Amino acid sequence: MHADRSGRSLAREDGWEARMLLTRSRADKAGAGREAVLEVRGLVKHFPLTQGILVKRQVGAVKAVDGVSFDLHQGETLGIVGESGCGKSTVAKLVTHLEEPTAGTIRYKGEDITKLSGRALKAVRRNIQMVFQDPYTSLNPRMTVGDIVGEPFEIHPEAAPKGDRRRKVQELLDVVGLDPAYVNRYPHQFSGGQRQRIGIARGLALRPEIIVADEPVSALDVSVQAQVVNLMERLQDEFGLSYLFIAHDLSIVRHISDRVAVMYLGRIVEIGTETEIYEHPTHPYTQALLSAVPVPDPERAERRERIVLEGDVPSPANPPSGCHFRTRCWKAQQRCAVEEPALAVPENFAGTLHDEPVHHPSACHFAAERAAVAPPVAG
Amino acid sequence: MSLLEVRDLHVEFRTRDGVAQAVNGVSCSVEAGETLAVLGESGSGKSVTAQAVMGILDMPPGRITGGEIVFQGRDLLRLPEEERRKVRGSKMAMIFQDALSSLNPVLTVGYQLGEMFRVHQGLSRKEARARAVELMERVRIPAARQRAGDFPHQFSGGMRQRIMIAMALALEPDLIIADEPTTALDVTVQAQVMELLAELQREFTMGLILITHDLGVVADVADKIAVMYAGRIVETAPVGKLYRAPAHPYTRGLLDSIPRVDQKGQQLNVIRGMPPSLLEIPPGCAYNPRCPMARTLCRTDVPPLYEVSAPRRSACHFWKEMFDAR
Repeated sequence: MHADRSGRSLAREDGWEARMLLTRSRADKAGAGREAVLEVRGLVKHFPLTQGILVKRQVGAVKAVDGVSFDLHQGETLGIVGESGCGKSTVAKLVTHLEEPTAGTIRYKGEDITKLSGRALKAVRRNIQMVFQDPYTSLNPRMTVGDIVGEPFEIHPEAAPKGDRRRKVQELLDVVGLDPAYVNRYPHQFSGGQRQRIGIARGLALRPEIIVADEPVSALDVSVQAQVVNLMERLQDEFGLSYLFIAHDLSIVRHISDRVAVMYLGRIVEIGTETEIYEHPTHPYTQALLSAVPVPDPERAERRERIVLEGDVPSPANPPSGCHFRTRCWKAQQRCAVEEPALAVPENFAGTLHDEPVHHPSACHFAAERAAVAPPVAG
Repeated sequence: MSLLEVRDLHVEFRTRDGVAQAVNGVSCSVEAGETLAVLGESGSGKSVTAQAVMGILDMPPGRITGGEIVFQGRDLLRLPEEERRKVRGSKMAMIFQDALSSLNPVLTVGYQLGEMFRVHQGLSRKEARARAVELMERVRIPAARQRAGDFPHQFSGGMRQRIMIAMALALEPDLIIADEPTTALDVTVQAQVMELLAELQREFTMGLILITHDLGVVADVADKIAVMYAGRIVETAPVGKLYRAPAHPYTRGLLDSIPRVDQKGQQLNVIRGMPPSLLEIPPGCAYNPRCPMARTLCRTDVPPLYEVSAPRRSACHFWKEMFDAR
């Protein structure tokens, strides 16, 4: 109750009220037709591989992100899923400008932030904040909780006058469900779930519009994950936040996301609404990935058709030609090795209506629908 | 007679801050060819139980303060260390979560696999090497002959876990204990590894104890399940029955709190609070501070494992209400 009240008082300032009104209820949030707060186009990040000690020469590059485009709309959650090494965390670092992209643009409300520096960059960063994966290493053990959550105000003094900061920090703790009396405690006095709440409070301090969350719950115990996920959903509704939610856990991504992008070896292979991706996947990688997720229901586990992929993900330093997935794909043909499939609505579904669930971008020459998750038992 | 029977096992750790009661009276059994899943969060005592069975508990600070571990008719806790070592590795073997830190980084995998045969069976280096390659083929590592000369860091996570499985299988044990074998792996690789493990288990009719926190993995492979909380088993049941109708509020809480890939959920039901510290386990039922059904009795009396319907058991004073409520 208490948390709700202070949340609203926070929201009332700075015209947040108006943004809250823009946020629609969770049920009908599909993102379409709304203003994009973030437009990412052709994003590329190559990390050079060098050889030699005195004279370093580049012998190759790890293509961590290799041409990624997506929009993030006001008030929605875009989930990015993929296995380790697919480039999802690099996307997070690029969006928060912790890494410089090799190519491509990231537009925040129409302005390309990849070229910004100094004061202009600082102003944009205030609106794009990050929540990290590991609540044990992302909080400075020598700072009190009050200092950690209040540190953003040191960097952006215009956000809160000095005398007001302590009160703001206590309000923030209250908003994320921690006792405001904890301001003078240190991180080690908290459990993992509580620490992640501190990390979230810090992310919220400057009242950003976008929060990039990189695996925010994967380090937490099962029974605590749900608490943090629910908190993030509540904060989104309260403050009209847009989330870029990056995780390898497909179940959690489905739960929290309005739209989902599936990444493989630096590229998005399929993108669509949560229903389109989870119930009508058309890319073979998405189908294999979904079918591999263990379902906590023995009856359903028996009935589903599991696609077990051969081999491992190839090295991003030397990805296969054409379609990156072809070396593990059961549908691969000659065409896949030469021609890189574009991320667009596949030809064979081009005739379908816009609101049909198969009508979504999928980067496969032979895209076809295949149920990957067993349907619920009738009755 | 069961392959393995653990009776009333107690393990504690003496630490600077006091005595941590890691395992408080755990009893369970595994038959040949059967898979028992031990499910619990971090600190529930599931890994300590496994280490005690395997005989690799760090002592001190750990101490087994009571109970029996009867394996093939013999109480392992009463065997002299020499005998115990013969059992470990040849009759029961363990697969660890983190293959990279469980393998020696400066020895080739072929050498490490071969070591099993040299030490336990006295084979020559050459024979041992040949057996190692055979094992690698059996766990489907491509180009096994060439790769036997590679070092652990040259393998991917999934391949390393296969080498761990190969090592566990080397002497064809009767029981395998797998401690979070797929937690560090990606889902597509996790599927490959679990499938391999299940297939090999069938082939050798081994008993398997699978230790995990993942309710999804359990539903896929286990025959029966024991849910642990604060060092005690709170519910044990055949897998299907447990998922259909949990008989303990903790199990119900866990099942309700996980999002599922096959359903778009509304708000998740949350278990309030957090797991207790093992230094000060709440009196009565350890789950009572987090339990929505808790009453006075729960705060004073430790619930025994009530028989729900054989072989199902629940350590909840009010398990009957769990069924009446639905």
